[in-house]
Amino acid sequence: MENSARLDRTFAALADPTRRAILARLATGEASVQELAEPFEMSQPAISKHLKVLERAGLISVDVDAQRRPRRLEPKRLEEAVNWIERYTEIWERNYRRLDSLLEELQAGAPKSKRKK
Amino acid sequence: MPKPLEVTQPSDREVRVVRSFNAPRQLVWDAHTKPELIVTWMLGPPGWTMPVCEMDVRAGGAYRWRWKSQEDGKEFGFFGKFLEVDSPNRLVHEENFDPGDVGGAMPAGEPAIITAEFKEVRGVTTLTTTMLFPSKEARDGAVGTGMTDGMEMGYARLDALFAEKPS
Repeated sequence: MENSARLDRTFAALADPTRRAILARLATGEASVQELAEPFEMSQPAISKHLKVLERAGLISVDVDAQRRPRRLEPKRLEEAVNWIERYTEIWERNYRRLDSLLEELQAGAPKSKRKK
Repeated sequence: MPKPLEVTQPSDREVRVVRSFNAPRQLVWDAHTKPELIVTWMLGPPGWTMPVCEMDVRAGGAYRWRWKSQEDGKEFGFFGKFLEVDSPNRLVHEENFDPGDVGGAMPAGEPAIITAEFKEVRGVTTLTTTMLFPSKEARDGAVGTGMTDGMEMGYARLDALFAEKPS
């Protein structure tokens, strides 16, 4: 299933703090490899490796025409991954909010319980 | 307020949901094992009721859950067996999808295995639910089923989401 393979790549790419920091930086605007390498105190080849992973996951793109080959965030792919998680979160949180109320009622009712033994 | 819900993917066949409750463990356990309590909260999105909730809570015992849409009367559910019942610590059950009259392209065959672990610290119970699916496809498909806005809509929206992004 192509969609799930794509989501897998996206999640694998997001499962690294440096790559998430790179995405956060790119969220403020495009940047070259050199500009991205600076704040992370990493070598350009190391950063390039991370960028490859992000690129393959569709999370960023390269402007090959520009001389400095800036990287750009591809927000749609990120949204897609977030939505998938959100879907789970939404359903479970709805259920658990109701469970919170139930537990509160049960605890409030417990001492003066009508079903006395 | 308890800590917010946390959803993670420990592996490509699993989804894990962690949530804390301001209640002792026995109570949270009861809310997961007594049908009369379950039907008050395990309802998913608005507009669904749970007309069938039968559970024989012991290892090897069967259960059957069914939800019904108030809007169009359509139903779907889950069924299976309890694999481990260790009150009030650990509850493991298998989960087969029953498409009912809602339909849906859930892959048939092996069930998902759902493990719920209940831990209490100073009156706060943390519940960790790990869902192990038979395949990645089943895991990714499951999110579009049942308890989203009704199955069909869940699928349609998920499809639309993917469709608008050509790779």
